[in-house]
Amino acid sequence: MNSVHDMGGMHGMGPIEYERNEPVFHAPWEARTFGLVSAMNCWGKWTLDALRHQIENIPAADYLRMRYYEKWIAAMVELAVSSGLATRAEMDSGIPAPGSPKLTPPLTAAMVPGMISHGAPSTRNVPTAPRFKAGERVRARNIHPISHTRLPRYARGKVGTIARDHGVHLFPDTNAHFLGEKPQHVYSVRFTGRELWGDAASPRDAVYVDLWDDYLEPA
Amino acid sequence: MDRPSNPHDHEHQAVPSDFALRVKSLESLLVEKGLVDPAALDALIDTYEHKVGPRNGARIVARAWVDPAYRQRLLTNPDAAIAELGYGGMQGEHMVVVENTPKVHNLVVCTLCSCYPWAVLGLPPVWYKSAPYRSRAVIDPRGVLREFGLELPQDVEVRVWDSTAEIRYLVLPERPAGTEHMSEDDLAALITRDAMVGVAKVTLAGKGAAA
Repeated sequence: MNSVHDMGGMHGMGPIEYERNEPVFHAPWEARTFGLVSAMNCWGKWTLDALRHQIENIPAADYLRMRYYEKWIAAMVELAVSSGLATRAEMDSGIPAPGSPKLTPPLTAAMVPGMISHGAPSTRNVPTAPRFKAGERVRARNIHPISHTRLPRYARGKVGTIARDHGVHLFPDTNAHFLGEKPQHVYSVRFTGRELWGDAASPRDAVYVDLWDDYLEPA
Repeated sequence: MDRPSNPHDHEHQAVPSDFALRVKSLESLLVEKGLVDPAALDALIDTYEHKVGPRNGARIVARAWVDPAYRQRLLTNPDAAIAELGYGGMQGEHMVVVENTPKVHNLVVCTLCSCYPWAVLGLPPVWYKSAPYRSRAVIDPRGVLREFGLELPQDVEVRVWDSTAEIRYLVLPERPAGTEHMSEDDLAALITRDAMVGVAKVTLAGKGAAA
């Protein structure tokens, strides 16, 4: 979807604010939010792509105003309600509905080190032929889906060169919407600064964007 | 620069205390319903506050500087090379290491959200997640680097890596001159988070991985 999250190439966002000796979390609520959302993800009711899409669905003005972990909690609340883990009334009041069952959390403290060290690989061991190979010229498709996509607007319609093949990964455009993983090759595609931004860009510079087979056509 | 008049517009502005209360209320609800275990939250927070951070990346870079065979493995098979030092996993499952040279400078961004190599650098700083950095790193990388105090000569190629997929990028900075006799540990202490994202170079005056 063409919302404000897809901000590569925009102007007007102001100067970069740098904080020296920045702490990992700025307040206890940030730390608790990080823990809460990470732990809630472990129910397996939604995918990381669905969580990202939920954040993209935050209205643009709110998206720009809200702090990072505020967006996390807002997205988690929506997904928890839509997936049936909690009701809207519970989330609003902070009080469990009378008679609601007490469940067993899927993530315990003892499981945390294993969860972090294994991670959640997005590669899939599915024999899938790549449509392109390193050195080939490709054009990123000019598509504007209202649903989740990881093809940034600034690359759409632009011509680049396949720099490397990252192998077969699940496809966020379907995975975010619970429409299956649709595994396919992901490539690092090199776009020259001039192709993306015109003659004002340095002739030497380039942007590498990781793009799936479905985003690309021969050029 | 213009300061926004609405205090909510500003990333560094303290969040109203009612939001902290909201998070508290949500946690107590989710604990009561048996949806989360508060001890698991503690363990997650402790991991990223104390165990997984830019020191991991600094150890990797320092090893690559002193051991040419390791450097080669890191560039050609990064996941295995990073695992040799005991690192890897969440938000670092599929790593690519890009090497700075006198003629090539690499810069990492995620324009669409805030993807970042947690496994080797920990959780991202606010500026990396902010709209100013995400919007401009791709269209004006040299201007962004200038804001960080890094002016690159025109004959250096700038490569920006937009983390649109689950591939996570680590910049292997150049080893500064004058460090030939330093130990691996002393080198690691020079290597900053910013240099491993590509917004700074490593210098002898470096303040270590926190900056």
